[in-house]
Amino acid sequence: MATAFLRAPASRPLVQVEHVSHRYGRGDGGAPVLDDVSLTLHEDEVVGLLGRSGSGKSTLLRSIAGLIRPDEGRVHFADVSGGPAHTISMVFQTFALFPWLTVLQNVELGLEAQRVPADERRTRALAAIDLIGLDGFENAYPKELSGGMRQRVGLARAIVVNPSLLLMDEPFSALDVLTAETLRTDLLDLWAEGRMPIKSILIVTHNIEEAVLMCDRILVFSSNPGRVAAEIKVDLPQPRDRLDPAFRKLVDDIYAQMTARAPAEPVRDGLFPGTGIQMVLPRVSTNALAGLIEEVDASPFDGRAAMADLADQLQLEVDDLFPMAETLQLLRFAELQGADILLTPAARRYAQADVDARKALFAQALLAHVPLAQHIRRILDERSGHVAPARRFRDELEDHMSEDYADETLRTVTHWGRYAEVFAYDEDADRFSLDDAV
Amino acid sequence: MTDTVATGGRVRSFSRILRLTQPNRADVIAFVLLIGIAALLVRGAEGVAEPLSRLRVEPVTLDPRYLPYYALRTVIRMFAALAASLVFTLVVATLAARSRRAGQIIVPMLDILQSVPILGFLTFTVTAFMGLFPGQILGVELAAVFAIFTSQAWNMAFSFYQSLRSVPSDLDEVTRGFALSPVRRFLRLDLPFATPSLVWNAMMSMSGGWFFVVASEAITVGNTTVTLPGVGSWLALAIARKDFTAIGLAVLAMGIVILLYDQLVFRPVVAWADRFRFEQTASTERPQSWAYDLFRRTRLLPVLFAPVTALGQLLLRLDRGRARQGQARIREPSIVLERLWQVTILVAVVAALWLAGRYVFATLLLSDAVAVFGLACITMLRVVVLIALASLVWVPIGVWIGLNPKWAERLQPVAQFLAAFPANVLFPFAVIGIVHWRLSPDIWLSPLMILGTQWYILFNVIAGASAIPTDLREAAGMFGVRGWQWWRQVALPGVFPYYVTGALTASGGSWNASIVAEAVSWGTQKVEAHGLGTFIAKATETGDYPRVALGIAVMSMFVIAFNRLVWRPMYAFAERRLRLA
Repeated sequence: MATAFLRAPASRPLVQVEHVSHRYGRGDGGAPVLDDVSLTLHEDEVVGLLGRSGSGKSTLLRSIAGLIRPDEGRVHFADVSGGPAHTISMVFQTFALFPWLTVLQNVELGLEAQRVPADERRTRALAAIDLIGLDGFENAYPKELSGGMRQRVGLARAIVVNPSLLLMDEPFSALDVLTAETLRTDLLDLWAEGRMPIKSILIVTHNIEEAVLMCDRILVFSSNPGRVAAEIKVDLPQPRDRLDPAFRKLVDDIYAQMTARAPAEPVRDGLFPGTGIQMVLPRVSTNALAGLIEEVDASPFDGRAAMADLADQLQLEVDDLFPMAETLQLLRFAELQGADILLTPAARRYAQADVDARKALFAQALLAHVPLAQHIRRILDERSGHVAPARRFRDELEDHMSEDYADETLRTVTHWGRYAEVFAYDEDADRFSLDDAV
Repeated sequence: MTDTVATGGRVRSFSRILRLTQPNRADVIAFVLLIGIAALLVRGAEGVAEPLSRLRVEPVTLDPRYLPYYALRTVIRMFAALAASLVFTLVVATLAARSRRAGQIIVPMLDILQSVPILGFLTFTVTAFMGLFPGQILGVELAAVFAIFTSQAWNMAFSFYQSLRSVPSDLDEVTRGFALSPVRRFLRLDLPFATPSLVWNAMMSMSGGWFFVVASEAITVGNTTVTLPGVGSWLALAIARKDFTAIGLAVLAMGIVILLYDQLVFRPVVAWADRFRFEQTASTERPQSWAYDLFRRTRLLPVLFAPVTALGQLLLRLDRGRARQGQARIREPSIVLERLWQVTILVAVVAALWLAGRYVFATLLLSDAVAVFGLACITMLRVVVLIALASLVWVPIGVWIGLNPKWAERLQPVAQFLAAFPANVLFPFAVIGIVHWRLSPDIWLSPLMILGTQWYILFNVIAGASAIPTDLREAAGMFGVRGWQWWRQVALPGVFPYYVTGALTASGGSWNASIVAEAVSWGTQKVEAHGLGTFIAKATETGDYPRVALGIAVMSMFVIAFNRLVWRPMYAFAERRLRLA
């Protein structure tokens, strides 16, 4: 029915998500994942959910799929008069194929669940396999296929049940760059030619370019808890060209959007949730930080780089790059201005320094700007034996955040503290000390 | 399409469609084998449905002509028990995984039952089953089958439960997303996913079962002595008559039987189950089985699996639950119901405690319990020393074998075979030795406890050593790491996780074996060591049920405490620190 032209005036709503909130775990103790999210998906559009890990985009996707029941709010499907009820299917990041079923059997799975007669099942499955470019592999087992072909099976399995809505959970992130690109193009072609019986597609991704390449509308999620921070319409005609200046500008805009601080948040404490020792620290290695500083310090960036260019250059996705950049900002080694990252003088000194001087600079920054590191060091200094059980700090953190976050935060600060030689940690005894700290 | 096939290794497909060609030689061989097996089964089963008096009319004789028949009867008992264990596993473990409340009771129960000395059970089960079928062989047969069942069912069920709980979350989401009915989900996801570990566990359990089948065929409980036709009874008779040739024949028969069922049943099943292994890459080394290859080349494979396939089809036919797509319903458990459930459990526990206590202490005094505790300590000392000695011997040998791929390949099955071999067959020789040289039974009977179980240490260490990555070994070689340092920093940490698994199994088995190993006889000569095993064995012989119950309870407590306080921490340490992944 639809061509690219016909799809453009998206109007009829398909799914409405109303005030959905969700927490990890049970009761009020869990960390909030989604906070009052509302959105509407229309027919004939591809919508992207863009955000970092921890922004709850996968949780939202699973709420729409009916796999999770959100704590609050509801997901409402537009009524269909007469016809069959709306069906949804999902494509997984990990492909989620059954290794003991052949390609054909995997594709037939959903039809089997719907009690479709065997003949019809086979015909429809073969048609879907054909459509997705897998003919000849019907009797292969998933382990005989490459990653790209496995994801094709996942796609065939999803569309064979004639879903009105196709949900895709980071469908291309487990594939190599070339394979992902081919698969994206094939999917967009099928979509544009209207050869799939799908009314709308919702893609979760943390790849900004992918979102701009594929989507008609992008919802940018903020993290901890997940909220819709911005909605961006992409009006570029398909097929889109990555090198098109308008495309580049949009990508830059989204980077800026994602680095922008929400006005309510305190400016000086970076972008991590929580303040003081309650701040959740992301798992970022000091090696990666050093690498990033060196990269931005050297030509062609010379101290100032656009995040999009940097991501390109370093082959990093948003999920990797943002925590690193924000950690630099927390340590006052960098400032994020719009879509740019700007090194501070301290960072430029760091880039030129030798190992010991670097450690000294890092230690200074750590003790000055990371309250948890300060806290641990102060306790160790105060105690006569200069040792303190890690349990103590973990408990303290767990008062303010979930167990997982507490664990990760403590690991991170341990790693940073060890590198800076601000304190030492003994895993067997699970305690901090000043033993081999300078 | 730029995609290429990543793995070109195996492109054979397992088509179920019948080939339309002439029957070949493989067809004939397989057919003859199947006919033979079928005939044997019928022949063996005929004996079961006869009255008990027949056993007295036709007692077990030491005529070699009958030995194959006896071996057959024993094997049928084994497989009957295995079938029962399988059914038990599928029902109970699924229930435990599906229902949270059932799981709360079933899981710890299985965990404990795994540690309970099975041989101690015999007293109760023989009496119970004979009561169920008075005057019939069937009752005694069932008792023997049940004894084997208790050696297999718990750990199979436990492994199945653990598999069900570790189903990959993405596959779980697919089945929920497509709203597969429970039956379909079970057949499509749960069962295939759990199959490889279930098969492996069944195989290990079967090995353990041989030990008990030998012990359970000829049993004396109080005034009742029953000898079922089987290798175990043959052996008991041979020991009573001091007949060396007969013992030799029994050993030979056992060896042949174990070899046959391994080659004809388990190897093919393991090779078949390989397709269910949850991995996304084709593995280079696939388990091989000539029998499986043979059957696969024939038209018989579909026929062979027809009952299984038919059962699956039938289940799917009957499964009329409508597919529904929609919101997952996670019901909040009602607090009242939850409390009620907990109270029910508490009441049951208290009642059980009271009943058991009343039963045991109706005839026994607290001092008896203290004495039994002392005996348990003696047995524990034996277990600890023996495990230590066996480790000293087998760890270096196992490491050496494991690092030589050629030897590992050849000796690994041998070690598994030795683990399956019922060591109680060899006990009489120890008695002869002890009597001849007038040795102290307290010391010299002890090695018997570990005779059959030490192999678990060996083959696990072999597996561990062959799993040490080549790069680590090369690095060690490059830096000239050798001698004690090599053991301390390369070999021992590398095999430790595997060693713990083996030693845990060996120690559990040794506790169990103490019941038959601490009191052994040869003709009229009896040799006894002090220990809990002797205590239980003697109480069984005299039909003193309260003492048996006390003995079993104390032994279970020791085994469980041992597992919790020694093996589990070691296991946790190995997982945390030494797992190479």
